[in-house]
Amino acid sequence: MGDLFSLFINSVFIGNILLAYFLGMCSFIAVSKNIETATGLGFAVIFVLTITSPVNWIIYHGLLAPGALSWAGLADIDLSFLKYITFIAVIAALVQAVEMIIDKYSPVLYASLGVFLPLIAVNCAILGTSLFMVERNYTFIESVVFGAGSGTGWMIAIVSMAAIRKKIAYADVPKGLNGFGITMIVAGLMAMTFMMFSGITL
Amino acid sequence: MNNDASPYKEILIKGIWNENPVAYQVLGICSALAVTVKMSTAIVMGLALTLVTAFSSMIISSMRKKIPSNIRIIAELAIIASLVIITDEILKAFFYDISKQLSIFVGLIITNCIVLGRAEAFALANNPVDSFVDGIANGLGYSLILITVAFLRELLGSGQCMGIPVIPNVVYDSGYQNMGLMVLAPGAFFIIGLLVWLKNSLSGINQNKS
Repeated sequence: MGDLFSLFINSVFIGNILLAYFLGMCSFIAVSKNIETATGLGFAVIFVLTITSPVNWIIYHGLLAPGALSWAGLADIDLSFLKYITFIAVIAALVQAVEMIIDKYSPVLYASLGVFLPLIAVNCAILGTSLFMVERNYTFIESVVFGAGSGTGWMIAIVSMAAIRKKIAYADVPKGLNGFGITMIVAGLMAMTFMMFSGITL
Repeated sequence: MNNDASPYKEILIKGIWNENPVAYQVLGICSALAVTVKMSTAIVMGLALTLVTAFSSMIISSMRKKIPSNIRIIAELAIIASLVIITDEILKAFFYDISKQLSIFVGLIITNCIVLGRAEAFALANNPVDSFVDGIANGLGYSLILITVAFLRELLGSGQCMGIPVIPNVVYDSGYQNMGLMVLAPGAFFIIGLLVWLKNSLSGINQNKS
């Protein structure tokens, strides 16, 4: 239990998927202009990550990993090179399914997330989390916790960035630096503050 | 012959400088930041992305009349993913050390917005040869930023260039220290921010002249 808790804290703060591994930057820059939309996208990312990470775990360890097909008498086959194309297909299909389920059962949630759900399919944070999950040999439970933790970390980062950008709108930024430039520098300062968490040992 | 060459030159300049994918269109910065601690990884990553973008643009463009528009994204992703798998296998076979250092970031070329962005914005509306040149141009523009950032981070962060120490010991003896910050994540953000500032100011000067 304690291990899982420390994995969660680690993926939210110390190894923040956005500020330490730079994943999901494109939507981070594009959608962080407004706090409400940033929050909506953040929840959508947590939701999708918590589902895709364990589903990809099952597919990788049940079909693709070296020796995974031994139940079918094909123990020598190593399909792990297919992981990229499989993961991206799984993510795209799951995002589509999640979109339809939310539309059916919670139209209110769909109305607030609707626009962002399709965009998530090409968010590198989602694919990156699945690939990290394979590379670090997580167990099934760990993959759920890691997915949820990465999503939470991403959401904290994008919501705080949206709040900071709202303040920057009133600041006197040099002309050439305005927009993308100042956003990157703010992200750098945020990454520095998140690095302070690495002193925590659980 | 000159008339035939000029549109390619135009596409190249547009991709590398005027509409640089990282600095101007704000595409594909995820990986631009992550692989720039050292020059060698940045160069390999830039090369890999240039080839993937060029060939995916060419293939998608040659199939553009065959792909139904409502499933085009998934068709494009399948083409890109296949190319990335080939690249990854080649890297593993010939540059094993660098491929280990790049870890998951070769795989993330699939979701790199530059590749899909060029496919959507250029390849679907132009012929295969133009698309190929456009892919090369955007890939080189991306590599240019990547290599500049990597050069600065390696020089300031570990005092090396391509793994060879370039700062003489005399400088260290007189009290100079490597900036540990540059090797860590925040250094990448700061350098990209400052480079964008530099580029924006330079384009401003060009516009004033013309």
